[in-house]
Amino acid sequence: MTAFSKEAVEKLSASLQEPEWMLAFRLHAFEVYESMPMPTTNDEAWRRTNLRRFKLDEIGPSVNGDAATHAEIPSFLNQQLTADKAGGNLLQVDGVTRHYELSDELKAQGVVFCDMHTAVSQHPDLIQHYFMTECVQISEGKFAALHGAFWRGGTFLYVPKNVKAAAPFHSVLWNESGKTFTHTLVVIEEGAEAIFMDEYASSSGSGQSLHNGVIELLVGDNASLIYAGLQDFGTNVWQFNHERGRVGRDGKLDWVTSMMGTRLTKAFQTMELDKPGAWGRMSGIFFTNGKQHLDLDTQQNHNAGETVSDLLYKGALKDESRTVWQGMIKALPGSQKIDGFQANRNLMLDKTARADSIPGLEIEADDVACTHASAIGKLDPEEIFYLMSRGIPYETAVEMSVQGFFDPLMRRIPFEGIRDRIFSRIVEKINI
Amino acid sequence: MTTALEIKNLHASVADQPILKGIDLLVKQGEVHALMGPNGSGKSTLAFTLAGHPAYETTAGQVIFNGEDLLEMEADERSRAGLFLAFQYPAAVPGVTLAKFLRQIINSRRQAADPDDKGISIPAFRRLLKEKMDMLGIDHKFAGRYLNEGFSGGEKKRVEILQMATVEPKIAIMDETDSGLDIDALRVVSEGAMRLKQELNMGILVITHYQRILNYINPDYVHIMLNGRIVESGGPELALHLEENGYDWIREKHGILEEA
Repeated sequence: MTAFSKEAVEKLSASLQEPEWMLAFRLHAFEVYESMPMPTTNDEAWRRTNLRRFKLDEIGPSVNGDAATHAEIPSFLNQQLTADKAGGNLLQVDGVTRHYELSDELKAQGVVFCDMHTAVSQHPDLIQHYFMTECVQISEGKFAALHGAFWRGGTFLYVPKNVKAAAPFHSVLWNESGKTFTHTLVVIEEGAEAIFMDEYASSSGSGQSLHNGVIELLVGDNASLIYAGLQDFGTNVWQFNHERGRVGRDGKLDWVTSMMGTRLTKAFQTMELDKPGAWGRMSGIFFTNGKQHLDLDTQQNHNAGETVSDLLYKGALKDESRTVWQGMIKALPGSQKIDGFQANRNLMLDKTARADSIPGLEIEADDVACTHASAIGKLDPEEIFYLMSRGIPYETAVEMSVQGFFDPLMRRIPFEGIRDRIFSRIVEKINI
Repeated sequence: MTTALEIKNLHASVADQPILKGIDLLVKQGEVHALMGPNGSGKSTLAFTLAGHPAYETTAGQVIFNGEDLLEMEADERSRAGLFLAFQYPAAVPGVTLAKFLRQIINSRRQAADPDDKGISIPAFRRLLKEKMDMLGIDHKFAGRYLNEGFSGGEKKRVEILQMATVEPKIAIMDETDSGLDIDALRVVSEGAMRLKQELNMGILVITHYQRILNYINPDYVHIMLNGRIVESGGPELALHLEENGYDWIREKHGILEEA
């Protein structure tokens, strides 16, 4: 018996009162899912992540629990973290919207910011046009297809042509059990600008749970998006994500990822630089402890000449945790005058932790500047002694040193409240 | 009551190699002591041993600071008790700004005294920082820079004295603070230290090779260290004598051959 069935797809779609086209999309995705084998360590992309102990069938789709409508919302989730004046705030609990606001000014300019189900019913044209069509495809992998069939909850942000949304958007997705299939779809049209802080978190329940998410970021010509995806799931969650950003001519995508939680994460994150002048920066912040396993597969695809990509992923590791970063910069033939950079730096806080750092280049053009760097280091005892020699206790000195390690990336998150939330999690994990 | 740093028959090793072979020295608040000696005589080892560096192992002897056993304390406790070391080569702390570091120094002291202390307020801290930076001629922009990262030798030394001014120690050890400084920087740094001596009745142990810094920080006592021991002590005239005659006469007098 499997909890993921055609009937389950139909039941989910009916419970969400979806139009026919979305049901058809889901059923097609389910067929693709069924046709694909479960990835194993024989697949190149999964060589370092073993799913043998993962009981997918026992988990099943995400359906409404009591938490969705009745559970108390943890108070920290309601804090205004982004700025004095928010463009929009959205709080979803177990896939159900519990709090929602969008500034009148942005609404009047045609900005849409809402949960994905509201988007399906109120903006069907936009969703049909963009949902898993231009960015992430259901054919990309077993978990992309599973998501297409069972996606639930998540956030839609649409900023129309030439609208410059100065005030930030902030979305918080909270889940009691961790079982989520959230979808983030961001469409920034030509000449438009936005800043979006996208947080997803859950409590640590018992037994295995699943997050199967997709993030799609579409940045048009001359458009700009600062996007931060901030993950802090419970330690029982197994996370499988497909994430992709696309950038048009002279567009900018500044993409920050923070990963603190889960038992295991496998995420594919791809930056597509489609037209000359496109600029994409990817920043990764992660901290693992206990038996956490984090496997990040990044790609910077220079699909046109005169494009710039810049990736820096930094991780700190404790206990017996393990991280894998596998990066690739690709340039199509004819993508001349590109500039691609990738770097991964890991700070080992315990000898028992392990970090694999695997950079890669596949360049088919000749007039390019592509470089990579990776490093694995430890806390510097001279630095710790120096801090202590000024009266700072050892524990605080370590916290400062780890914070310092992440600081250059933290500075890329434009809000102190968000930075503080991430850092207080890091401190918590240092001291566990 | 004045605080004193009292070193008795101190022996210390680094990587099982004995370096200090019985140091006796008494530095009281308000006094300036100069410790001179050729390279390799153990001056910096003494500084690190007193500051509590974990790589420096005390094998015998005693150090009493303000009536307490200094060697029983961790490095941070020694600092909070009022002992300060100005490093010859301060470590860079990437990612931690000078302002954040100084604020943490202040807050760690306050929280050690009162665990419920909420720390210094931002406006009060800004005022304090501005005042101390101006005193030492440090550009305010340095507050936002990562600590010692990319600082010139002179900038690092000024920032060491800025930290000294922030923690207001009872006794400060200045480990070759004069090395790598031009004459202007030397004057600013020395005047900063002397001002703290006057304001706080701070005691100073200046470790140096040269008379130059002693023109600004006038010693009451001068000690000469050779091969892990203090072999000569005297007044300021001893430093002048060394400046003219070098160390050979003292090696001869104590029957110690020059290190190869």
